[in-house]
Amino acid sequence: MTSIDNCAGPAGRRSWTFRMTPARGLLILLSLVAIALIAYRLVTGLGTVTNLNDKWPWGLWIVFDVMCGVALAGGGYGTALLVYVLRIETFRPIARSAMLTSLIGYLLVMAGLFLDIGQWFNFWRPVVSLGHSSVLFEVYICVSAYTLVQLLEFGEIVTERVGTRYHAFFRKILPPLLIIGIMIPTMHQSSLGGLYLLMPDKLHPLWWSPLIFLFFLLSSFFVGPAMIAVETALGGLAFGHKVPMEVLTRLIRVSGGALILYLLLKIGDLAVRDRLGMLFDGSFESVFFLLEMGLGVMVPIAISFSRLAHVRAWVVAFGVLVSAGVVLNRYDVVVTGMISSTGSVYWPAFGELAISIGLVCMGCLAYLFICENFRIIEEAAE
Amino acid sequence: MSKGVLVDLTKCVGCGSCTVACKMYNARSWIDDRAPSAGPSALLADENWTVVRKVTVDRDGGTPAWRFVKQQCLHCEQPACASACFARALQKTEDGPVVYYPNLCVGCRYCMVACPFDIPKYEWGRSLPLVTKCMMCASRIAEGQRPACVSVCPTGAMTFGDRGALLEQAHTTISGDDTYVKHIYGEKEAGGTSWIYISDVDFSKIGFKTGMTEKPLPSYTEKYTHLTPVVGGAWGLVLAGLYVFNKRKKTVSKRDVDARAAAGTGEGDGTGTGDRP
Repeated sequence: MTSIDNCAGPAGRRSWTFRMTPARGLLILLSLVAIALIAYRLVTGLGTVTNLNDKWPWGLWIVFDVMCGVALAGGGYGTALLVYVLRIETFRPIARSAMLTSLIGYLLVMAGLFLDIGQWFNFWRPVVSLGHSSVLFEVYICVSAYTLVQLLEFGEIVTERVGTRYHAFFRKILPPLLIIGIMIPTMHQSSLGGLYLLMPDKLHPLWWSPLIFLFFLLSSFFVGPAMIAVETALGGLAFGHKVPMEVLTRLIRVSGGALILYLLLKIGDLAVRDRLGMLFDGSFESVFFLLEMGLGVMVPIAISFSRLAHVRAWVVAFGVLVSAGVVLNRYDVVVTGMISSTGSVYWPAFGELAISIGLVCMGCLAYLFICENFRIIEEAAE
Repeated sequence: MSKGVLVDLTKCVGCGSCTVACKMYNARSWIDDRAPSAGPSALLADENWTVVRKVTVDRDGGTPAWRFVKQQCLHCEQPACASACFARALQKTEDGPVVYYPNLCVGCRYCMVACPFDIPKYEWGRSLPLVTKCMMCASRIAEGQRPACVSVCPTGAMTFGDRGALLEQAHTTISGDDTYVKHIYGEKEAGGTSWIYISDVDFSKIGFKTGMTEKPLPSYTEKYTHLTPVVGGAWGLVLAGLYVFNKRKKTVSKRDVDARAAAGTGEGDGTGTGDRP
């Protein structure tokens, strides 16, 4: 397999590698800028670095680092479900890289949350207080537990190279971990939407729904394959490894099925709540909503069930559209849908943007390093 | 019996004594440059737990008139903020006040997003900021006293007492006097609040949020938070079942393949994946 020669196969190799390229240099630079800003934020508080205020207590870090981070990392549990529980072997080649992205995604979510909370030294408090009437409590417990589970799952990969005598142990505990690792995300993906059940008078009716938790869950499921399509394209650039087309085609059709269900539920929900008229009332909310549903849901459905699904470039387009659609959806729930009730507009500050971008860069660097030093991409080639 | 305050807006002259009393009792500083505590641009803020806002309204004949609206936490009967707090830093007491415990607060600000009246504020200028809001002088109430703001009002615009009795009094007042709007703000809004208002001007014209849900907000999430552990647990069992079933199916089919390979049919290469997790 020549395609995997570039990706340093650790078998037999003992030295750690990290190939420097100009792109990676840029990632390091952006990470360093973010680290400096993070230090400044922790010392001076939230008012100096962010555009948050009493009208906008939640901003970019909640939308992007937490809401989008968790949704986009959904590829991990979705793939684990397909490969390890349903045993669809076609998808095995992408299992490890999808689950690694998910792990890194969750670590970034934890970092983002940590930066966003004002009393960060109190981060452990809910474990003792047990505020179980709050949906946020469920999010908190599940995100922490799932990150821990993913770290343990990753132990199986790490011990292939480091601490090999524990490898048998990690393999043994893997099955229950995998099942817990699918169960928990199903709960907190929906809970992130459930947070907004409490805001019927504040969130715009196009997004507020008694079913919002279900929409969050479904979208986290269909965005998984979309993210994998994007990741494998990027991975192909970095490591010259190409996932077979038939795997990707089948994968985005799984996603396409969930997208159709989502679309029908969304329309049905608006009809039952008698809000269909709002779709075309020309408000800025309706424009954002149609954009989200048109480009992020309807066009991808068309791609996934046409012959285009066999063309690599269109699969990538599918991935980009669906991912962007979910990002827009989360932005609409946290920001766009709250503008009318708030009476003012929020736009992230430079510091918020730079820290969010820097965190993603750190994630990319970690992903690249791990791929170069552990068996992530070539697992399929054994 | 849960306590409350009845505010008769027709009696308020906008002197602002209540805001001064609040600052003195709660040791808050003056921040009039960024958020005045009285006047037309009065604004609730981290240091302003109560403000009196001056509103100019057109009365029926088109003659402008001043009205003064005292704002502070309304102390919901079933507060969204308290149900939203995953650290229990906000709690509704039996006396009525919704109290904040800063030592428990994580600073996630979900309470601010959840509050239907946008009451909790944040100390954006501090390195370790806290949420702040009116606590109805809970310690004074516990000692049988009235909240600081109520105790200093020179015109008697505010009455402190049992919420039930205050509601009766409010009904009597507005039904016996045609100048009053036939609505008690806080009787039903967001499931009812400890602070209730009566007015001679439509509430929507003087900055109150109107047309809001009358269902207590925590009821929107109760079912969800109760059901998720059950649904999650059931889902876990389904997953475990599927896992065992599919693993066994794989092992069995691998055994078949191996058997056929051994029999020389040539199918299967013996490197099946049955041993994989």
